[in-house]
Amino acid sequence: MSTADLHTLTGAYALHALSDEERQAFERHLGECEPCTQETAELSATAARLGLAVSLPPRPAMREDVLRQIRTVRQEGPGGPALPRRARTASRGRPVSRWALAACLAAAAALGGTAVWQHERAEDALEQARRADRGANDIAAVLTAPDARSRTTKLAGGATGTVVVSDSRDRAVFMASGMTEPPRGKVYQLWFDDDGSMRSAGLMDPARTSQAVLMRGAVGGASGMGVTVEPKGGSEQPTSTPLALLNLPA
Amino acid sequence: MNEVAQIGRHHSAEPDLQELLRRVALGDEQAFASVYDAVVGPVLGVVRAVLRDRAQSEEVAQEVLVEVWRTAPRFRSDRGTAVNWILTMAHQRAVDRVRSVEAAAARDHKAAQLDRTPEYDDVTEQVEARLEREQVRRCLRTLTDIQRQAVDLAYYRGLTYREVAEALALPLGTVKTRLRDGLIRLRDCLGVTA
Ligand SMILES: [Zn+2]
Repeated sequence: MSTADLHTLTGAYALHALSDEERQAFERHLGECEPCTQETAELSATAARLGLAVSLPPRPAMREDVLRQIRTVRQEGPGGPALPRRARTASRGRPVSRWALAACLAAAAALGGTAVWQHERAEDALEQARRADRGANDIAAVLTAPDARSRTTKLAGGATGTVVVSDSRDRAVFMASGMTEPPRGKVYQLWFDDDGSMRSAGLMDPARTSQAVLMRGAVGGASGMGVTVEPKGGSEQPTSTPLALLNLPA
Repeated sequence: MNEVAQIGRHHSAEPDLQELLRRVALGDEQAFASVYDAVVGPVLGVVRAVLRDRAQSEEVAQEVLVEVWRTAPRFRSDRGTAVNWILTMAHQRAVDRVRSVEAAAARDHKAAQLDRTPEYDDVTEQVEARLEREQVRRCLRTLTDIQRQAVDLAYYRGLTYREVAEALALPLGTVKTRLRDGLIRLRDCLGVTA
């Protein structure tokens, strides 16, 4: 990953949305880029505000449980063996190459301001229109619904499938990752299971091994969902053994 | 729910929490009990938002609180506030759990325990906690739809930016910049300083 790319990762890092490998690369970068270090601190503090906004009352007995537990847990020393993995990398005081610092300041200076904001809005409006074709807004609405519940299962070949259901929206999204391509001339078809009778919920894109699909139609009284391999264009009823069958989250 | 309320006043309560944490670092169990009271609500809220499952959320929230005790000597107030430190840890642990394979299997076997996030409006809460949430909501509304959806999926659902890109049918580069733009916008709206 280039240095220019790394500067843009402050937000994803603060939200813990990077893979382990990317996180490590970014933490090395933090050691040599002061603007990113400052921005990361601010964006982490901003993320914490998102956390403060979702406070929930605990089970009263939890207090006693935790206070009992700490009596058996030994505290670490201040410079102890296990410095936090974030701080450890950032504080390692590596020599900063002048080139890296210059690139860094330039990147930081190029961002922000009203002009950028106008540009973002315009760009996002275009992006929205493009995404509408793929139902991305509906997918996001299900995934971010306050009552969204999910269930994950393993599929053949190390793939995973997650179904997310929102009762209030009466819709479901199926997210697959790492699926093998269907055989030539075939597609993956999704189904709702209405007490043993299968109702088509649309097709997956055969060209993409990882995708999120808004399942067609209302969830209604469906108790489960399934995935089958069908001839191109899909079938009225499943014609093959399901690759996956799972109960919808209760 | 006094304990939940304390955190809502974090601007004024924060110096106390810092001081409490300093005492926790010296092994003061009473100071830890006060820290617990101040942060348990948001810690549980963050973990529950990401994990959804009630039993797992409680387990992870407890682990986080015990980790606060264990690692308090490492807390450095010059790197951010005590609340940030604790909530960052809580979010990281929740995300670690949601991404672990064991968790996926456990969720499948514990479907009966999956239940909805409580309706916040049903929960008796202090004015401060409600104000905090309203302010965050108001600021979230100043984001573009894409920024808001991306931040929501990453923070409250624990998705990686690659998963966010899949879910929102956006290029990876766009998601990276939208997460950053969105948080910057939020930072400015909330007046966050580090
Ligand atoms: Zn940088």
